[in-house]
Amino acid sequence: MSDGVVQVRNLVKTFGPVKAVQDISFDIRRGELFGILGPNGSGKTTTIRMLCGLIKPTSGSASVAGFDVTTQPDHVKSSIGYMSQAFGLYGDLTAEENLRFYGGLYGIDQQLDERIAWARERMRLDEIFKRIVDPMSGGQKQRLALGCAMLHQPPVLFLDEPTAGVDPGARRLFWQIIRGLAADGTTIIVTTHYMDEAEHFDRLAFLSRGHLTAIGTPAEVRATFGENLTLEDIFVQLQEQNA
Amino acid sequence: MNFARLRAIFWKEFIQMRRDKHTLRLLLFVPIMQLLMFGFAIRQEVRNLPTVVFDLSRSQESRDLVQKFEATDNFQIRGNVSSYTEALNSINNGSARAAIVIPADYAQSLKRGRPVEIQVLVDATDPTGSQAAIGSAQLVGLSISSQLVRAKAGTLRSPAPLEVRVRPLYNPALTSALFIVPGIIGMILSNILVLMTAMAVVREREVGTLEQLIVTPLKSSEIMLGKILPYALVGLVQITAVMIVGHLLFHVPIRGSILLIYVMAILFIVANLGLGLFISTLAKSQVQAMQTSFLFMLPNVLLSGFMFPREAMPDVARWIGLALPLTYFLQVMRAIFLKGVGLAELWPQALALVGFAVLYFTFSTLRFHKQLE
Repeated sequence: MSDGVVQVRNLVKTFGPVKAVQDISFDIRRGELFGILGPNGSGKTTTIRMLCGLIKPTSGSASVAGFDVTTQPDHVKSSIGYMSQAFGLYGDLTAEENLRFYGGLYGIDQQLDERIAWARERMRLDEIFKRIVDPMSGGQKQRLALGCAMLHQPPVLFLDEPTAGVDPGARRLFWQIIRGLAADGTTIIVTTHYMDEAEHFDRLAFLSRGHLTAIGTPAEVRATFGENLTLEDIFVQLQEQNA
Repeated sequence: MNFARLRAIFWKEFIQMRRDKHTLRLLLFVPIMQLLMFGFAIRQEVRNLPTVVFDLSRSQESRDLVQKFEATDNFQIRGNVSSYTEALNSINNGSARAAIVIPADYAQSLKRGRPVEIQVLVDATDPTGSQAAIGSAQLVGLSISSQLVRAKAGTLRSPAPLEVRVRPLYNPALTSALFIVPGIIGMILSNILVLMTAMAVVREREVGTLEQLIVTPLKSSEIMLGKILPYALVGLVQITAVMIVGHLLFHVPIRGSILLIYVMAILFIVANLGLGLFISTLAKSQVQAMQTSFLFMLPNVLLSGFMFPREAMPDVARWIGLALPLTYFLQVMRAIFLKGVGLAELWPQALALVGFAVLYFTFSTLRFHKQLE
């Protein structure tokens, strides 16, 4: 258990009287594609924000890529890529300018051109490379945002609701790219509430009202709850138990 | 502070600014339009000019004279000075706006019926305020003369025994533009820049890019500095444009150091950008940011001394004025442009501007950190 790239131990976060995350523990291994599933308000985003070093845990601890999120948030930030639902792109800049900007923020200097060429090829940005971002499709923005998040070659990548508002064709291409990144050894943590995406993950964790209610490979999770159920059924069932 | 990261933000802001042609045009033309409107249209009036007295006569008569001046409500006597230079200095450094100089032979001359001259120095950088003062100074002279004349009945044709000579300092032609142009610089910098910075930061929060910036190794001080520097440069371009147009069109003299104008402008710009950042931490949307900025604009126009002389305001309004960076900056600009004075006289205002900048930045950085929680 201790060789995890991401290690979460008894993590708790409360906002005043609200218990957003309650005593969760898990490990994520190198190169794993790990899903955190749960409905809105289940504590997914709070967990991710703690793992990115943005907010401090109320108690418990977590480390990402060997750095403690509470005491070394700056090291954590340099070691992770992060892509949010909003993509975080500047709509009035071109794809290339966005890449250059984020490259600059991560302090990529000599290798910047090389890394941008990598992102252009790997994220299939050729036809949109010189175009302004605003009129792009959801899928194009998504791949560009992913390129920005991966420029500095982070060992750990966080994707927060990455496929919201993206059409099915683009989603398939996106997962294909993600698989490739994981195969290269990048550890990828994805939050989603699309149950049909659950089968993409090597392992997944269900969060409900701040509690970790199930964890394992898709098959293991199904086995725990009965072979005939789909993950979607299980998800709904967990929701009802908690309601 | 990391230079490469700062440069990345700075460069990004400039591209965004360049793409937004409409805003860019506004940034340049609004200042000049305001200059034209205010320069041609505004006239004002004042009471209670702070006044010092240089009394060489030290007699009952001279004290009566001073009382008469005070009774006009245009002059508020702040005390005595012991030399002509000191009288000039107190006008130079802004502690007084007028000085009354009474010659040593004043009382004697009056008694003997000899014509006598007293001098009233008036800071005419604000022409409307000084016009009222000049008018009433001449009335005081007339009234004393006619009293004396009546006392010596029958000598109506004799020359007026008391002549009040008024010497308007700095702005002899009493043109409003001279007063308005240096003020416009402060107004524009403060109103436009506060709004622009507040909007720029809130926009990033609305679109979601701020969240993205926060997960990068970027420090919040770098975000803030990188965002305000381009606007600081825009501010410098604006004051240059206003200075050129003001000089060519309204013949505003630049008597002091241009370098000092820019140094003071940078202090003022930084203070205002700090204020803009602070507003951005209070506002949740661009609309709120705009409304909050307007909340600061109104006192800026009304209470800073830009349009209405602060001397004429009730105490509460004057105190509020003291909390506005623009109040100090106006004094600085008018003094440098029209009086040609330097840092030796203006250091208190400079200090106040530095204080505002530090205060706003500390507050906004603190609030910025808190918001991320």
